[in-house]
Amino acid sequence: MTSKLSRRAFLKGSITAAGSVVATSGIARAAKSITHTNKEPLATLLDISKCIGCEECVFACREANADKYPEPAKPFPKMYPNRVPVQDWSDKRDVIDRLTPYNWLFIQHASATVNGEQIDLTIPRRCMHCENPPCVKLCPWGSAKQEENGLSRIDPDLCLGGSKCKKACPWDIPERQTGVGLYLDLLPGLAGNGTMYKCDRCYNRLEKGEVPACIEACPEDVQTIGPRSEILKKAHALARQMNGYIYGEHENGGTNTIYVSPVPFEELNKSIETGKGKPHLNKVKNMMADGTNLAKAMIVAPIAGLAAAFGKFYLSSKEDK
Amino acid sequence: MNTTKKTRQYVYWITLFFITLSGFAQMPIFKRYYIADIPGLGWLAQFYVTHIIHYIAAIVLIAFVIYVFFDFIFRGAGLNRVTGFGFFKIAILAGLIVTGVLMVVKNLPNIYFGHTAVIVLDLSHLSFCMILLFVSLYSVIRKKRWVG
Ligand code: SF4
Ligand code: SF4
Ligand code: SF4
Repeated sequence: MTSKLSRRAFLKGSITAAGSVVATSGIARAAKSITHTNKEPLATLLDISKCIGCEECVFACREANADKYPEPAKPFPKMYPNRVPVQDWSDKRDVIDRLTPYNWLFIQHASATVNGEQIDLTIPRRCMHCENPPCVKLCPWGSAKQEENGLSRIDPDLCLGGSKCKKACPWDIPERQTGVGLYLDLLPGLAGNGTMYKCDRCYNRLEKGEVPACIEACPEDVQTIGPRSEILKKAHALARQMNGYIYGEHENGGTNTIYVSPVPFEELNKSIETGKGKPHLNKVKNMMADGTNLAKAMIVAPIAGLAAAFGKFYLSSKEDK
Repeated sequence: MNTTKKTRQYVYWITLFFITLSGFAQMPIFKRYYIADIPGLGWLAQFYVTHIIHYIAAIVLIAFVIYVFFDFIFRGAGLNRVTGFGFFKIAILAGLIVTGVLMVVKNLPNIYFGHTAVIVLDLSHLSFCMILLFVSLYSVIRKKRWVG
């Protein structure tokens, strides 16, 4: 613990220096890899063993995305029926120990025993950017969007705040702010309840060929971004090297966020605080798999219909003879 | 003959009922308005359940529509027997099915539709559904028939 603290203090002091080194090496390389033109989605690799929990990434995220944060007008319109919850984070913008509409990334703490020694680990948590994101695919209005580079984001101009994305998300990632968005212009009393917010993987920075703010700010180079296949290769090499474990490769059918940890994720999951705004590290089955399988079965439907009609016709023509 | 017609009608109405119910359940409204609190209707607030039911109902509907269409053709019944009202309903059903199938494709892994395309699909699917509901209601009240 003490060694970690002193290391953290040391690094705090040298963040600027470290940052500039990163800017010329890792980041420059990353920026190059994200401007690639092939259609392979981008993924991020998070090496948990490197994270010192300094929260530089958290603050960088808040700074880079501050102008996307909701500015709700108060008082909020009355919503019916009474059970509809008002969710207001606008007076709690300082909260950084969980996900909120004003905090899309937070650091989760875990302790575990490795080789008989207790170590503390810090884990940056945000949206996983699933390969087939249920938040996007099940959004009834197309407000949640996926881009070809693998990121998913919620359009604040279209979202009605029904929170279906949060219920569909196996990690409950999106967070709602009441009193903003399109619902105010429709039937604010009867439908909608604000806008959902989550990490958008700095889509606007990526568009400009810049890496996400949290990646750039990290003094420890915890995160790497690149084409998914390359990231997976790196993740497996890293896991082999540290005798570690991977999370995110197969969760929910595959995500574009790959964690590598020296400790099994089941153990980390037991140690971290989970709950509202604090996602778990459970194994997650592919939530869209049943739908995908049924979609394949759908191909049979017209054939079955045609066969039935033909069967009936054939039988009746035989009867006629 | 009459029994086949009756069965057909039942299949059509039951499918329409479930596809509409599960379709509306795609919007987060049943929980808000206490409908999912009614004993036995809790599933209406479970998005993955209603998603699956909607897909299954769609499979039945597509098979049924294709069956009826080809049965009509094979029987040599002329298209001129279809009423104007019937044609209108066929067009709406076709629109509903085509937009629905495109949305199923959109939901497959590794498929990207443009943002605008997705919004247009969502809204047109909902519009076709609303029109079909009103037209069906009208046809029940005014006893309008598909074929004359
Ligand atoms: S983690 Fe949740 S919010 Fe993020 S893409 Fe996956 S389903 Fe959507
Ligand atoms: S990618 Fe951007 S939006 Fe997402 S956590 Fe990092 S800084 Fe925040
Ligand atoms: S990911 Fe980097 S910036 Fe974020 S807490 Fe860990 S070391 Fe600090």
